[in-house]
Amino acid sequence: MAKPLDKAALAIRLTLLVLAVTTIYALLTMDDQGINILKAILDTLSNFKTIFFQPYSQHFTVWQAFCEIVITLGLAFLTTLFGGVIALFLGLMAAQNLSPKCLTNVIKSFVAFIRAVPTILWVLIFAVAAGLGSTAVVIGLTFHSVAYLTKAYSESFEDLDRSVIEALMATGANWWQIVFQAVIPSTATYLLSWTFLRFEINFANAVAMGAAAGAAGIGFDLFMAGEYYFNLHEVGLITYFILAFAIVLEMLATNMKSKLLKKA
Amino acid sequence: MQADVFTRRRNNALIFFALLAILTAGSIIITQYDVQKGFTSIARALIWGASNFYPDARSLTKLPDILVKLRETVLMSIAATSVAAIFSLLLAVAGSRTTRICSSFTVIARGIASFFRNVPLVAWAMILMLAFSQSSLTGFLALFFGSLGFLTRAFMETIDEVGENTVEALKSTGAAYFPVIFQAVLPASMPQVVSWLLFMVETNIRDATLVGLLTGTGIGFSFDVYYNAFNYHAASLVVIVIVITVLIVEMVSNGVRRVIL
Repeated sequence: MAKPLDKAALAIRLTLLVLAVTTIYALLTMDDQGINILKAILDTLSNFKTIFFQPYSQHFTVWQAFCEIVITLGLAFLTTLFGGVIALFLGLMAAQNLSPKCLTNVIKSFVAFIRAVPTILWVLIFAVAAGLGSTAVVIGLTFHSVAYLTKAYSESFEDLDRSVIEALMATGANWWQIVFQAVIPSTATYLLSWTFLRFEINFANAVAMGAAAGAAGIGFDLFMAGEYYFNLHEVGLITYFILAFAIVLEMLATNMKSKLLKKA
Repeated sequence: MQADVFTRRRNNALIFFALLAILTAGSIIITQYDVQKGFTSIARALIWGASNFYPDARSLTKLPDILVKLRETVLMSIAATSVAAIFSLLLAVAGSRTTRICSSFTVIARGIASFFRNVPLVAWAMILMLAFSQSSLTGFLALFFGSLGFLTRAFMETIDEVGENTVEALKSTGAAYFPVIFQAVLPASMPQVVSWLLFMVETNIRDATLVGLLTGTGIGFSFDVYYNAFNYHAASLVVIVIVITVLIVEMVSNGVRRVIL
């Protein structure tokens, strides 16, 4: 090494080293419960073949699968909308350039805590009070969306140029006028692209919650096909359906983002 | 003329909100979400949580078991992230606009990334469980597939961003393909790559809970066992342990990010 390492380069190397050592240790000590790994890999490959090359359905028609996906989309939409609306207000209160320091700290730690609990655990905790099903799933997913979007929104607000707010304050505009005339219009692009990203995440989450918490929608069918009927052909068909919708969503989001960025 | 602009703007806003309202109403109907029950159950969940969902003395005896599972889960998440990162980096270098050998590689790499990212984690977990049963390998591989898709896309965008000018400059000096990659592209994108890695570790620890619930491995399985046995004190201990772990990982990665970015 000719030139001494600076702090950043050292941090990068240290992080990579720690990750590498941990990974090697993890792989060496992994509890494989004495299964024959080679056989398991071959089995899995043949399962993949069944799933991805011979999909067909036995328990539902294509139309029913479509309806189930629409239900899953509905769950994703509801949770993103509720989450977005609540997070907009929390985000304003959590932005350092718009709120007093003590309030932002309280809200930021609160949402950090909510985010740290995995979504599925929120859903299961709410399920004790609301029963397993859509209601618990909507509340649980909304909770996590609020926390995620509050962080994203407040960071977008904080990126706003200080001088804009000061100029408006100098004209005697009150807090609401500053928010609705300056802050939200000039950050709308970022807010929308974060919200769309969350919609994609919520779609994936809604599928998972259908499987793990018994919500309606395609996730539940996937769970039934995989864990009860052991019908891999059906798992394959459902996976293809979800894949198709997720890719369409991804393309829409990318399209929208590039359009918004061009406009901005 | 001025009035027209405002009328049009108001009409646009009205149409937007009407559309939103229709979609919301439609979603509430098809998902059978009970609005009233939603509100009341938030309150009920809070009351229930305060009176039942906290660790008591007896549940603390389960702490050693929970910590063993936690260690297993964290190791699994880190291993899945790192191994996926190696493959993703190769795919990203092959597929990035600036470093690709031919343009069809981009399409292939993007396709692979999109496929692995969008096949639901639940599907991976269920497929893998058939052959690998309840071993840690099931969780490891499920997280690996998910991370592979996400990281490939993230790395590809990183290389696209940092690469262009440097690569052009080095190419004009006559540098060959591999020196360009190892001397310019990788060092320049390393801070972003590490930042994505840390983000992925964090996400994977959280997702490992879901995979664990479905496949009966790691910390997710502990939660499931206590939850189904109505042992809410122990279940809350699991939640607290997960929260502390995720917050620590988040703090460490924020610290590292401040230094390297």
